[in-house]
Amino acid sequence: MATRNVDVAVVGTGPGGYVAAIRCAQLGLSVAAVEDDRPGGVCLNWGCIPTKALLRNAEVVNLFERAAEFGIRLAGFEANYAEAIQRSRRVADRMSKGVEFLFRKNKITLVPGRGVLKSRDTVEVAGTGGNETIQAKAVILATGSEPKSLPGVPIDEKTVISSNGAVRSERSPKSIVVIGAGAVGVEFADVYAAYGAQVTILEALPRLVPIEDEEVSKELARAFRRRSIEMKTGVKVASVTPGGPGVIVETDAGKVEAEQALMAVGRGAKVTGLGLEALSVRLDRGFVRVSPRMETSVPGVYAIGDMVGPPLLAHKAMAEGVVAAEAIAGRSPRPLDYGNVPACTYCRPQIASVGLTEAKAREAGREVSIGKFPFTANGKAVALGDTEGFVKVVADKASGEILGVHIVGPEATEIIHEFAVGRTLEATLEEIIHTIHAHPTLSEAALEATLGALGQAIHI
Amino acid sequence: MAITKVVMPKLSEAMETGKIIKWLKKEGDRVQGGDILAEIETDKADVEMEAFGAGVLRKILVSAGEKAPVGTLIGVIAEPAEDIAAALASAPAPAVAAGAGAASSARKDTRPEAAPVPPTAPAPGQPLRPAVVSTPAPAVPAVSAGAVGIPAPALTASTAVATGRVKASPLAKKIAAQTGVDLRLIRGTGPGGRIIRRDVEAATVTVATAPVTVAAAPVTAPIVPGVEYEDRPLSQIRAAIARRMPLSKAPVPHFYVTSEVAMDRAWELREELNALEGQPKISVNDFVVRACALALLKHPGVNASFQGESIRVWHRAHIGIAVALEDGLITPVLRDSHAKSLAQIAVEARDLAERARARKLRATELSGATFSISNLGMYDVTEFSAIINPPEGAILAVGSVRRVAVVDDAGLGVGRRMALTLSCDHRVMDGAMGARFLQDVKRLLEEPLRLLV
Ligand SMILES: Cc1cc2nc3c(=O)[nH]c(=O)nc-3n(C[C@H](O)[C@H](O)[C@H](O)COP(=O)(O)OP(=O)(O)OC[C@H]3O[C@@H](n4cnc5c(N)ncnc54)[C@H](O)[C@@H]3O)c2cc1C
Repeated sequence: MATRNVDVAVVGTGPGGYVAAIRCAQLGLSVAAVEDDRPGGVCLNWGCIPTKALLRNAEVVNLFERAAEFGIRLAGFEANYAEAIQRSRRVADRMSKGVEFLFRKNKITLVPGRGVLKSRDTVEVAGTGGNETIQAKAVILATGSEPKSLPGVPIDEKTVISSNGAVRSERSPKSIVVIGAGAVGVEFADVYAAYGAQVTILEALPRLVPIEDEEVSKELARAFRRRSIEMKTGVKVASVTPGGPGVIVETDAGKVEAEQALMAVGRGAKVTGLGLEALSVRLDRGFVRVSPRMETSVPGVYAIGDMVGPPLLAHKAMAEGVVAAEAIAGRSPRPLDYGNVPACTYCRPQIASVGLTEAKAREAGREVSIGKFPFTANGKAVALGDTEGFVKVVADKASGEILGVHIVGPEATEIIHEFAVGRTLEATLEEIIHTIHAHPTLSEAALEATLGALGQAIHI
Repeated sequence: MAITKVVMPKLSEAMETGKIIKWLKKEGDRVQGGDILAEIETDKADVEMEAFGAGVLRKILVSAGEKAPVGTLIGVIAEPAEDIAAALASAPAPAVAAGAGAASSARKDTRPEAAPVPPTAPAPGQPLRPAVVSTPAPAVPAVSAGAVGIPAPALTASTAVATGRVKASPLAKKIAAQTGVDLRLIRGTGPGGRIIRRDVEAATVTVATAPVTVAAAPVTAPIVPGVEYEDRPLSQIRAAIARRMPLSKAPVPHFYVTSEVAMDRAWELREELNALEGQPKISVNDFVVRACALALLKHPGVNASFQGESIRVWHRAHIGIAVALEDGLITPVLRDSHAKSLAQIAVEARDLAERARARKLRATELSGATFSISNLGMYDVTEFSAIINPPEGAILAVGSVRRVAVVDDAGLGVGRRMALTLSCDHRVMDGAMGARFLQDVKRLLEEPLRLLV
């Protein structure tokens, strides 16, 4: 068996792994990156990127439907779902190729195949082109996560599908039950509804996007209702069985029949078959336990991304990749501030948040002041014809500290960063309001909500 | 049923440790919310501590006579059947500075956490790059100061460079302004040494078991009978003053405005009022308090505090009235003075002063002043100036009412005069504003009937 000697072996090339590999290379280390699927991981191939391409299609379809509002008469149009999927594949392919390009540029060796940790400095790869052993001074694990299901509900990717099937299948169902109303669930609900499916969302907790601020959940539910998406919250799914048009979902609040069911009940870390048990790498509630430098309980073995725990987000994985690489290179990386990771959901209206919800801030004993500004009062939003939602700022009453910001509405996911930067710099409400915001922009709603928290909003 | 952890409460802004004077409940006693559990001596006063939960006082962890840092678990209230082991286990190691703990754990994050690796590099877990960069930064004195129990600001004062622009985050500045922390005395742990929120918080909550200097026996035998000097231990209150006052005097740019007030009519009015049956006795100071309260409403710019990036202007006059004690000074607060009559002020101010001397003030009576008055009139002081209590913006120093020769239309006569000196925070106001306020106080005192309407 061939043996390869490198400074760092990276297992998995999702946003965690490929960023860690590049940062290691930048710091002068030699790197081999093992991947048993496609470079770029779930994010670029089966997650973030293709779904964003599909959501863009959904948005375009929606604009066509509203053409008359803009004085544009169409003689009719056809939205072809198979072509939407094909487009999303082209987008994903391009991004994955981009990772391969970056690897070449940084002289990172891509080793196709499945990696297993044999010892703290050895990774064995069962490759498509033969097996090989990688000897490394440090190992970074970045194997990501995979969809979970409910007990007793197997995912066949035909009638009961996960996001894996959903991003691949060119068939758009006439009806679908989406089980789970987290980010993945509501994004697919949006896409299927835009392509004409009758969508029913089931959520066990009392509201959609349950980790977001309550008012955000309410606004999203209102928007979905307007688009005739059915929602049942606070319901428990008892069983999912074949029957009817495809599947029958039994719940404690009656049954729902549809062509397909999409399981979007969360993801679990990929930690099995990796050789972790033999090395006694410590786990914590199913995720790999790491120090603030991303090192596992085994010195020299690092882990990053979805496999080390929530939030299961690509940008968190990337930031952890940088920390691990710098720690290995002997730098003193600044540990991640997990309280300041923005979370974005790309359904319409979009959702973005950072920091504490109002309820969490109050629970933490903070005396808060709230500023809220609706997009209906924002000139740019009105001009765009996109006025759903609001910006909500939760601040500490005494110091003006920005405790949390919750945006639902057009381009929410772009607006949020002003507050993330502000929080990193420990800006208070004052610094935001003294920053002149260009007019007309959606970001003015951020300014107004901030003014609102000080009782000084102008445009409402 | 809930288990209630009883912790050493933070009873004032400056409080760092408290001493249990006595427990009013003993282990096994049933208590209800609101019952007085213990009496606590703080740096400022003796305060009664109430119970917040109901149940049985199962355990007392800090006994009478002992001190504990703010936040330390000092007792547990629970039902008799409840297992309180977990609550007890969470008891923080006493006398360890909480603030310093927070700071040093943050520091620790950058340190390699791997178990020691054999020295032969490059072993897994060792940095692959030259080791220099991987060694943790040496502990910064400012941060470790807390760990030995000395408030960080006090220790770093001598080493800090008190010049130039302070690099601090906006939030750090704001919190510092609110808590009266001098940013120049803090070392930043943010990027490039920037002072960030946690640094300021560490400086304010650093729980100090202020080492009390014990009177040392003279080392050499005295040459002359009688010792030349003695070192007296600092009382809690004196230690607090020593710690806090430099935090005011150095960063708060003081300026002073003095004015002399003709007190003849106020004096007469006071004698008349005090001759009335069934009316509370009114002191000169009560007149001053009432005059200030009314003037503060009219001059909110004086009733204000510096907030770093803004000035907080108060629309209510909570006046701190300095009371001299054997071993220091305490400033109970007469809340909403502007809404109180002269008689009400007289009654409440007397009550506050008496309870201050008996050390029976409640915690809420010691904080929240927007302005203070310090009166040394009883000591035959012509005039003096006082140091501002941050975050207040001004303090009025009141001298004695003296009988002096005056010349008026009727020729040479004898009049009563009193000097008032206003110390102002220049960041909040300027001379003219202070002077206008003082003029109004003077006018109110010289036309004292205005104080009655
Ligand atoms: C439908 C969907 C939409 C999403 N949308 C967003 C979004 O909009 N924004 C966002 O921030 N996040 C989103 N996410 C989450 C995001 O995809 C993940 O957080 C991110 O991919 C995690 O990155 P990672 O590097 O930890 O692992 P992954 O991206 O999961 O990559 C791990 C890679 O390692 C490979 N691998 C695993 N085991 C081995 C092995 N033994 N040997 C070799 N290779 C191995 C896998 O095949 C995979 O390619 C979405 C997820 C899904 C499913």
